[in-house]
Amino acid sequence: MTVSPLGRRIVAAAVLSAAFGIASVHAQEKVLRAVLHADVRTLDPFWTTQTIAGIHGMLVYDTLFGNDEDMRPKPQMVDKHDVSADRKTYTFTLRDGLKFHDGSAVATKDVIASLRRWAARDPSGQRLFSFTEKLEPIDDKTFRLTLREPYGMVLESLGKTSTSVPIIMREKEALVDPNTQITEAIGSGPFKFAKDQWVPGSKAVYLKNPDYVPRPGNEPPSGFAGSKIPNVDRIELVWISDGQTAMSALINGEIDLYEAPSIDFIPTLLKARRVKLMKTGKIDSTFGLIRLNHLHPPFNNIKARQAMYHLVNQEDFLRAVVGDPEYYTVCHGLIICGSPLANDGGSAMLKEYNPKKALQMFKEAGYKGEPITVLQATDHVTITPATQVLVQAMREAGLNVDAQAMDWGSVVSRRARKEAPAQGGWNVFVTTSGGVSGSDPVLHTWIGAACDKGLFGWPCDPEVEKLRNAYGLAQTEEEKKKAARDLQTRAIEQVVYVPFGQWTQPLAYRADRIDGIVPNTGLVVLWNISKK
Amino acid sequence: MTAYIIRRLLATIPVMIVVAVFVFFLLRLAPGDPAAIIAGEDATAEAIAAVRAKLGLDRPVLEQFVLWLSGLAHGDFGVSIFSNLPVTHLIAQRIEPTLALTVSTLIVAVSLAIPMGVVAAWKARGLVDRAVMAFAVMGFALPVFLVGYVLIFIFAIQLGWLPVQGYSPIREGFLPFLASLVLPSMALGTAYVALIARITRASMLEVLSQDYIRTANSKGLTTRRVLMLHALKNASVPIVTVIGIGIALLISGVVITETVFNIPGLGRLTVDAVLKRDYPIVQGLIIVFAGAKVLVNLLIDISYAFLDPRIRY
Repeated sequence: MTVSPLGRRIVAAAVLSAAFGIASVHAQEKVLRAVLHADVRTLDPFWTTQTIAGIHGMLVYDTLFGNDEDMRPKPQMVDKHDVSADRKTYTFTLRDGLKFHDGSAVATKDVIASLRRWAARDPSGQRLFSFTEKLEPIDDKTFRLTLREPYGMVLESLGKTSTSVPIIMREKEALVDPNTQITEAIGSGPFKFAKDQWVPGSKAVYLKNPDYVPRPGNEPPSGFAGSKIPNVDRIELVWISDGQTAMSALINGEIDLYEAPSIDFIPTLLKARRVKLMKTGKIDSTFGLIRLNHLHPPFNNIKARQAMYHLVNQEDFLRAVVGDPEYYTVCHGLIICGSPLANDGGSAMLKEYNPKKALQMFKEAGYKGEPITVLQATDHVTITPATQVLVQAMREAGLNVDAQAMDWGSVVSRRARKEAPAQGGWNVFVTTSGGVSGSDPVLHTWIGAACDKGLFGWPCDPEVEKLRNAYGLAQTEEEKKKAARDLQTRAIEQVVYVPFGQWTQPLAYRADRIDGIVPNTGLVVLWNISKK
Repeated sequence: MTAYIIRRLLATIPVMIVVAVFVFFLLRLAPGDPAAIIAGEDATAEAIAAVRAKLGLDRPVLEQFVLWLSGLAHGDFGVSIFSNLPVTHLIAQRIEPTLALTVSTLIVAVSLAIPMGVVAAWKARGLVDRAVMAFAVMGFALPVFLVGYVLIFIFAIQLGWLPVQGYSPIREGFLPFLASLVLPSMALGTAYVALIARITRASMLEVLSQDYIRTANSKGLTTRRVLMLHALKNASVPIVTVIGIGIALLISGVVITETVFNIPGLGRLTVDAVLKRDYPIVQGLIIVFAGAKVLVNLLIDISYAFLDPRIRY
């Protein structure tokens, strides 16, 4: 048998292709490979408040509004909107040409069902809907929101840049019980989710949506606002759980962007050729807080709670957690420093580090050396060192600390228990929260004091809740600033939590490969990035 | 032999039931709550309770166990709490990289360790023997992750010969597939090579002192023939046993190696599932690992009959 020259070439090409990798159809594609802080493990952005679910949601879906880097809401899917003179009626009209990935047009029925599903799970949505009298369609493109009171945070809530983001899904999915996970990801956003290529715990793939209609006029991107331009054909969110490996992969050019490198890796990344670091947004990404359990002694006594302020020298915590002062800020406030509403209301109470005074105040509160149960996470990159500093400070002051070491997952379940510490409850735990929520009294759930309906620790003060509502109803900037200041003053006095500073999480990227990263505090923005 | 294999296969059923009981209840005894992880940082206790109820985690543990076991009897491993995908689908997605890594490590380890052990025994107490034994001690002492990081630093970062991480399926080309396995196999294989080399040496030393080896030598057979044909074959039963035992070592090593080299295999799936308290996945994986271990043991036992004609079942 003889083989023609052409046949030999075909066989040779096939062998080479098998050996060296398929001369892939992806070769011409612009692919952005990014390692984020977690893997995409669920497709439902409302089902969980985990940040990664929000990032997934923002790639696949779109939002009515998007807050810019100064947290001012700008229309996104909305073409125009009117607010009545009494600020109780909002009328919204959707932009032309909005289509879901299955080709169907986005209609008001989808919007209304989505907002209802969002509000069932998200605290800011719940607050918005607590003021809502009616949400109704006028036609396929126009709908109306009628409020009972002139709540001033309507647009800010619709444009929020932290989870859960009020994304718009098809009515079919939006009608699914909010406690049940949806299994499809069909939105109208700049990227389509490639479900067939999804390997949970390893890789999630997003393909450019050719039908996406960005906001006209090439509006400059800022936070979630501006024209969203899908500049790459494909985004691969690769999950590398080992930080050292992720850093090496970035240096070696195997990935383009690493969202959350450990602060320990910063010196190495700064020295790496072609790698650059950038801060995620105008305000710090994270703040730290010590939560006290208001239900049980000694912290059911306000004096003991206030005594804790005198045990916290924020520099000690921040040096242990972050290390490099370039990335941390001492902040004697509960509204995050550097944000538009930051103020010094009540901050004097937080500034005096004085362990002797703290012990004296504990004694005055009736403390007689009973063990104070601290939930000590052992496996968290920031919470573990912060808790160690706290435990040491409490012991040095003369308190009897029962530090119970456990993994973070166990802290998360244990902190929900309301029993006394001896019966499996707790007195103190340390946690962190996002800068976006910390900058807004409505989004800032840890500042609340809603008793049983509040977060773990269950601070209970009607005045704090009244002031949060007052902020929500404030109309002018001055009114908002005054309400925020009054709220912070009262919340510090009641010790809703003890802050231990704030810091920013830089992201690292290959400057020789990608361009156009939009800084954003909250969820990372991936749609405007282009490949060089 | 057939009756023996059937008996052994039947005997795996109670073993798997015991494994199932242990894995289910140990997971429930371990602290942590998937509902709290799902509900997120800022979720209230009520929100966590709602998620727990929706997932059926608030039902009595015994009821949950019976439900899981009856599903298992029908080949249904359950559904992942987080991704909502069937556990069997997730395992099927991840089995290829783990199989590839395990097989490549086995090939590398056996093909290096047996010659090393044979030569060390042949040149006992000489320089080569001491070098092999020093390597064996080092291989045992160095943790897999450390070997992995060192290999990454040298061969990926400094020399740029191989990728830092990831897995390239064989369907996307043989060379990329091979390149993605070289460093992980070396890291995972280090302890395994050490183990097999030591056992080979010890077993060969014992055989080489036998009369029939002296006879073979006095008949004028070449050293290679004596070592490979007469000595190694008779020394092979303990070597094969340790290769089998080493499979368990490989399974635990795979968990770490896949994490360091970011290989999307069963090891990574296990770590992620444990950290998230994704009970159905952990349970499914332990069953699969236990089944694999039982099967390997069976294969090793069967191989004895071929290696040593005196052994009959």
